[in-house]
Amino acid sequence: MSALLEVKDLRVSFDTPEGEVHAVSGIEFRLDAGDALAIVGESGSGKTQSMMALMGLLAENGHASGQALYKGQDLMEMTAHELNRHRGRDIAMIFQDPMTSLNPYMNIEKQMTEVVMHHQGLHHREARAHAIEMLRAVRIPDPEQRIRQYPHEFSGGMRQRVMVAMGLLCEPDILIADEPTTALDVTVQAQITQLMAELRRQSNTAIVLITHDLGVVAGLCDRVLVMYAGEVVEYGTVDQIYYEPRHPYTRGLLDSVPRLDHVEDQELHAIPGNPPNLLALPSGCNFRERCVHAFDACHQKPALRDVGDGHFSRCHLDQEA
Amino acid sequence: MIQGHGIARHALQRLLGVIPTMLLLITVVFFLIRVAPGGPFDSEKALPPEIQANLEAKYHLDEPLLQQYFRYLGQIIVLDFGPSFQYKDWTVNELIAEGFPVSLTVGGLAMLLAFVVGTLIGITAALKQNTPVDYGTMGFAMLGISIPNFVVAPMLILLFAVYAGWLPAGGWDWSLQRMVLPVVTLALPVIAYIARLTRGSMIEVLHSNFIRTARAKGLPERDVIRRHALKPALLPVISFMGPATAGLITGSVVIERIYAIPGLGSYFVTGALNRDYTLVMGVVVFYGLLIILMNFLVDMLYAWLNPKIRYDEES
Amino acid sequence: MTKKADISIVEERSLDPFEAAMGLGDVKGRSPWEDAWHRLLKNRAAVISAMVMAGMLLLVITGPWVLPWEADFTDWDHTSAPPSLETGHWFGTDAVGRDILVRTLEGGRISLLVGLVATLVSLLIGVTYGSIAGFYGGMTDRVMMRIVDIIYALPFMFFVILLMVVFGRNIILIFVAIGAVNWLDMARIVRGQTLSLKNMEFVEAAEACGVRRMDIIRRHIVPNLLGVVMVYVTLTIPQVILVESFLSFLGLGVQEPMSSWGALVNDGAQDMESAPWTLIFPAFFLSVTLYCFNYIGDGLRDALDPKDRL
Repeated sequence: MSALLEVKDLRVSFDTPEGEVHAVSGIEFRLDAGDALAIVGESGSGKTQSMMALMGLLAENGHASGQALYKGQDLMEMTAHELNRHRGRDIAMIFQDPMTSLNPYMNIEKQMTEVVMHHQGLHHREARAHAIEMLRAVRIPDPEQRIRQYPHEFSGGMRQRVMVAMGLLCEPDILIADEPTTALDVTVQAQITQLMAELRRQSNTAIVLITHDLGVVAGLCDRVLVMYAGEVVEYGTVDQIYYEPRHPYTRGLLDSVPRLDHVEDQELHAIPGNPPNLLALPSGCNFRERCVHAFDACHQKPALRDVGDGHFSRCHLDQEA
Repeated sequence: MIQGHGIARHALQRLLGVIPTMLLLITVVFFLIRVAPGGPFDSEKALPPEIQANLEAKYHLDEPLLQQYFRYLGQIIVLDFGPSFQYKDWTVNELIAEGFPVSLTVGGLAMLLAFVVGTLIGITAALKQNTPVDYGTMGFAMLGISIPNFVVAPMLILLFAVYAGWLPAGGWDWSLQRMVLPVVTLALPVIAYIARLTRGSMIEVLHSNFIRTARAKGLPERDVIRRHALKPALLPVISFMGPATAGLITGSVVIERIYAIPGLGSYFVTGALNRDYTLVMGVVVFYGLLIILMNFLVDMLYAWLNPKIRYDEES
Repeated sequence: MTKKADISIVEERSLDPFEAAMGLGDVKGRSPWEDAWHRLLKNRAAVISAMVMAGMLLLVITGPWVLPWEADFTDWDHTSAPPSLETGHWFGTDAVGRDILVRTLEGGRISLLVGLVATLVSLLIGVTYGSIAGFYGGMTDRVMMRIVDIIYALPFMFFVILLMVVFGRNIILIFVAIGAVNWLDMARIVRGQTLSLKNMEFVEAAEACGVRRMDIIRRHIVPNLLGVVMVYVTLTIPQVILVESFLSFLGLGVQEPMSSWGALVNDGAQDMESAPWTLIFPAFFLSVTLYCFNYIGDGLRDALDPKDRL
């Protein structure tokens, strides 16, 4: 059975005055219809840029290589013109900050109807009706009135709902959500995640959720890809990652999520150090200098190893397994 | 509806702000020209003292300064600029009525030209950023704002009127031919400035997040630019129309001189040199009013186009 | 090329693991001024313009000393003579036989002098006004800025013309008049910068130590304004030279025998059909000067804050 999306050896680098920055150093994953994959990592891990490359939205000084096969067609080889057939229609992407991601000079109706009018050739009236239905589905109250409003007249949470609605208008096969809840407060976060889960159930849309927040992942995704310094360091199902984390970075991430049953006088756990300078990566394992378990072998770069049941980890500690 | 409320309030605020500006303008001009050594009648042959006294009484020059000031203010409110000292049988209002339509035509056409050509150049440069097209057009734009119009004008006259003989070197008879050179010369620095402004603004807009979203939606690039980028990119240009008007008015003084055009600017210069108090004040106040009106209109236009202002109570 | 941090090297330099992870010691840091300087040097237009301006300054100052003619020397053998190497009049002569090259260079002295002095006036007024408004903030700021807005709306050229007519063509007056109408932009920028500086921590620290407000303005805020001020000074100079040449062109600028580029262009324009060189040379020098200053100002602005790029 052919996958909906197969990403192979995706690499992204940027030309900067200080040199070439390798943002993404070869990631791979496979997405089938209805799957929900989380790509988790700190800022600078390359998670956003990998999806930007796929969508053809890299900055001018960015270069991407590798393959991204959507139903067998390589997105990386397409021109912007060819990509436009898929962007917004088969693969939709929503972004982190809904205030700046929506055009403040256009009302919601125009921004939404243009998508369906362009991709599906609908007339304005039908497009409007469709958009209103979508707004209703994401639980925007009084959609017939509100559709004529401008983005700044909506609250942050509602704007994000509008973005989700806009993304799903053409019923895409894949929805890529780049930190959709980061700019929102916690209660709203829960609502948005719930919304996406529901919509996924209803239309069997595959979801790629980019986030640095492990808390959000559990409610929505089946599988998790953990990235660090541009590489995949761990990959597995949600259960595998949460209950049997193999890579020290993943463990660090899990430990640093504040918990309700936190003991008072215990310090909040944090991973020591800072993400590495992508212009000057350390030799050997990228995580070596922050890893409490580092030992001699870590001066060699570890390969991504299968540690059982489709669970992968890039760490020398797994040699013992 | 919120819509009407926001804009009306905005308009009212702006209108109220206009009054102190006008007051300041009139006051400064009034006292400035009165302070000048030499009266309006000095340049003529020495007049017998009684005639001098009569003239001064007629024009109220013998009254205390403050009284003259308030008298003048009163006149201004009803838009009566008084009689001209220099052109004996004319009132300033009549002179303005003569000169302004000419200046308006030249200036208005120049503004139109500047806006259309300037934005086109700027958008092109932005879309082809960092290519030779960009560098070339911006180089020319820099030339346009650097070379003064009184340098460009003689060059153009030399080229098109003297050597090629296509266009007349000056004068005014409302014919299209005589309009070309003055309008183009006047417009050039504004075209250049607008081109640079548009380019910068467009480049900035094209890097916004909402443009990224528009592309992510699969819209063809020309739609992205036309529907999403154009309006926000042009907003700063529209704001610039106010100062642009002031610039065109300033430029017209020289242009009318060089091309021998009987517009308001040349009346002003002659009036200044001849100490025609009322004419000078009249022109300055008139132009001042015009600039303020223009700024007001531009403000309103901007507020209407920018939904954030339109729908907010606070600007 | 950047070095990779090895454990061994980490130990040699005794960087602790934290610093090593930060990548310190691998990539050389740069102060903001160094950064700006590098950016400026990369801007070829600005660099070339600066060199041209330096050359121009040299020419204008030393030229008249070196040349055999004086500006008001009338060479009756060669009136309205085109440029030629043999007669010694490289730029030709005008209708009464004065050498255009010398006139142009001396005109340059006047134009540049006016440019610099008037800009200085503009600078003094603008910086003082702007920093006070920005520093005191609140009502003071609002009122002061409102006044700026009001003045901004007025057709200042007309005022300058009026001033010239009223008070005569005194060169000191020209300095003051032009400077006095051009300080508005400077004031606005300085005020904006002061406002943001004021809210920074080092000012709070100074206040906490009991330093007097005027002293804070003088010692802390003003030095930090250097960057923006430099940019706007470089951009004001051409504006001021332009205003002066406008005035001269209208016959309201510096009085004979002093002559600025604007006046020379005016003279040249009158003879342009028969003796175009009387127009072309001063016009060229004027334009080049303005052009270069604009590029330098632009370059400085980009170097100090790339975001502001127009």
